[in-house]
Amino acid sequence: MTTNEHINSGEWPLWEIFIRSRQGLDHKHVGSLHAVDAQMAIENARDVYTRRMEGVSIWVVESKHIHASNPADAEAFYDPANDKAYRHPTFYNLPDELKHM
Amino acid sequence: MNKKNLLDYTLHLADNALIIGHRNSEWCGHGPVLEQDIAISNIALDCIGQARNFYQYAAQLSVNDTSEDSLAYLRYTIEFKNCLLVELPNGDWGQTILRQFYFSTYQYFLYQQLQNSSDQQLAAIAEKALKEVTYHLRWSSEWVIRLGDGTEESKQRMEHAVDELWSYTGELVQAASYELLAVSEGYGVDLSTIKTKWEEKVRTVFEEATLTLPGNAWMQSGGKEGRHTEHLGFVLAEMQFLQRAYPGAEW
Amino acid sequence: MEKDFEEIFQDKVDKEIKIEPKDWMPEKYRQTLIRQISQHAHSEIVGMLPEGNWITRAPNLRRKAILLAKVQDEAGHGLYLYSAAETLGITRDEMYDQLHTGKAKYSSIFNYPTLTWADIGAIGWLVDGAAIMNQVPLCRSSFGPYARAMVRVCKEESFHQRQGFEILLTLSKGTEAQRNMAQDAVNRWWWPSVMMFGPKDDESPNTIMSMKWKIKRFTNDELRQKFVDICAEQVKILGLTLPDNDLKWNAATNHYDFGAIDWNEFWEVVKGNGPCNKQRLDTRKKAWEDGAWVREAASAYAEKRKNKKAVKAA
Repeated sequence: MTTNEHINSGEWPLWEIFIRSRQGLDHKHVGSLHAVDAQMAIENARDVYTRRMEGVSIWVVESKHIHASNPADAEAFYDPANDKAYRHPTFYNLPDELKHM
Repeated sequence: MNKKNLLDYTLHLADNALIIGHRNSEWCGHGPVLEQDIAISNIALDCIGQARNFYQYAAQLSVNDTSEDSLAYLRYTIEFKNCLLVELPNGDWGQTILRQFYFSTYQYFLYQQLQNSSDQQLAAIAEKALKEVTYHLRWSSEWVIRLGDGTEESKQRMEHAVDELWSYTGELVQAASYELLAVSEGYGVDLSTIKTKWEEKVRTVFEEATLTLPGNAWMQSGGKEGRHTEHLGFVLAEMQFLQRAYPGAEW
Repeated sequence: MEKDFEEIFQDKVDKEIKIEPKDWMPEKYRQTLIRQISQHAHSEIVGMLPEGNWITRAPNLRRKAILLAKVQDEAGHGLYLYSAAETLGITRDEMYDQLHTGKAKYSSIFNYPTLTWADIGAIGWLVDGAAIMNQVPLCRSSFGPYARAMVRVCKEESFHQRQGFEILLTLSKGTEAQRNMAQDAVNRWWWPSVMMFGPKDDESPNTIMSMKWKIKRFTNDELRQKFVDICAEQVKILGLTLPDNDLKWNAATNHYDFGAIDWNEFWEVVKGNGPCNKQRLDTRKKAWEDGAWVREAASAYAEKRKNKKAVKAA
């Protein structure tokens, strides 16, 4: 993924490719490629990223439309979740006789 | 049923697929952009795969020690039954695209009907191949439109390609003797039913591509009966080289 | 301040935490990666040419399909790698330009010619074998996009070496002419393959830094030795020989000893004097230049269509 503007203006835009590998699973980022428009990006993704039966569905997003969190914010963003153990089921001590919970 | 005719018909389908696959494979490593280099190789692989299916069936219909490879690598130019269009040199990307579009349009309507062939093998191969060809047709149509309605230069190049290839399109839908017999025996596709559909599809795509459909012109033919352009001899010389130079060797 | 960043960066690398494109990284790390990844991508693309040579002459339909699929895979690998490099702030067009002007290098092995069908076998077995040895550790490279691209490459690459070995095995069991063809190919490809691991460790200036940054995991000589040890055994199955009279098992080191590498040849090919340097580069440039009108037309058409849509919507 790059946020870089294309220095060489003739270059086809860059697209990020997401593929659902099986029905029922999430689309997952697999890489990127160049294409002139969304339709060509989908077809290129089909040719480039599903040659070995890797997918059943494709999403494409032009790279410049992806906004990412800033790595410098990582502590403020993610560390506060660390001490909230009560959000996890294993936090609770319950008698063994209790079933189906 | 005439087994020889079923064999000829199957070989014709196989040769068409092999030769266009071979031609497209020449692009591998030389495409205009990496993504499309990969795309055209995929199409080449599909075509070679179709050819193998037809050849394997043809081998079953033949005498004992015939194989897919003896059919592809040890027959002579005059025994090949592919139409002239597929053996023409690649030219530039535009010409290759247009050739693919003409051919995929034909294959699309052909396989659609061949799926219903009374011959179960042919029907099964066609059913599988139709999925591939549906994509080839979509891909090549889009490229014809893109290049026809792209820049001044691309338009000119496409018009040139139209001139180069048009006279080889008639043969696609003009039945050879074994195709006529195949229809009457129930396993072949009646090309006269395809002709209009082919023309209609080409007209629609040309319109969107802002390209002009040539008027009626003299159509070349002969490939299906073994009378080829000079190009096929070179294709086969290259393709069959190892099998000819080392007779009987396993690879 | 800069120093703090550098410490945090090195600390992450040491802890095997992947570096991602937006993370702070030393400029030299970025440059080293761009150079290495683009060089790797170029090698995949140029590497299509010597093998692509034989697609139209493959000896049977099965081999034809396999070879075409393999060379096509290499285009895919080049694409994955260019994409990884693009995350570092360089465009694919810029990288192509560096290739075409000779500023960027690619693996010298592809400047050797493919003269017979057996060369396709030898390339698969030896060249892909050496490449895999180089590439597997790269799946753990400290730079995330590179590591992920390499995982994909290695997964796809695994059939490449096997098909090459299968070709040689078939030839070695074939006619005398075929056996000779196979031996000749191994003779020609062996030393260039051994050279693929790059200069000796004490002459490889970038190795120390690349190891510290975990871009590289093993030194050139370590990988080379591993390659020789494996091939020296595999060649026996083929019933062929490697063209090295000094090749013999050393029980003391638990490795094969091997003869001196002709580094003069290595540097000459790097400098551009290999048998096919000019031909390969000319072919790449021609493909790129011949494709210019296609790329322009596609862009122009997409632009037109976007405008048409906008007009319709208004």
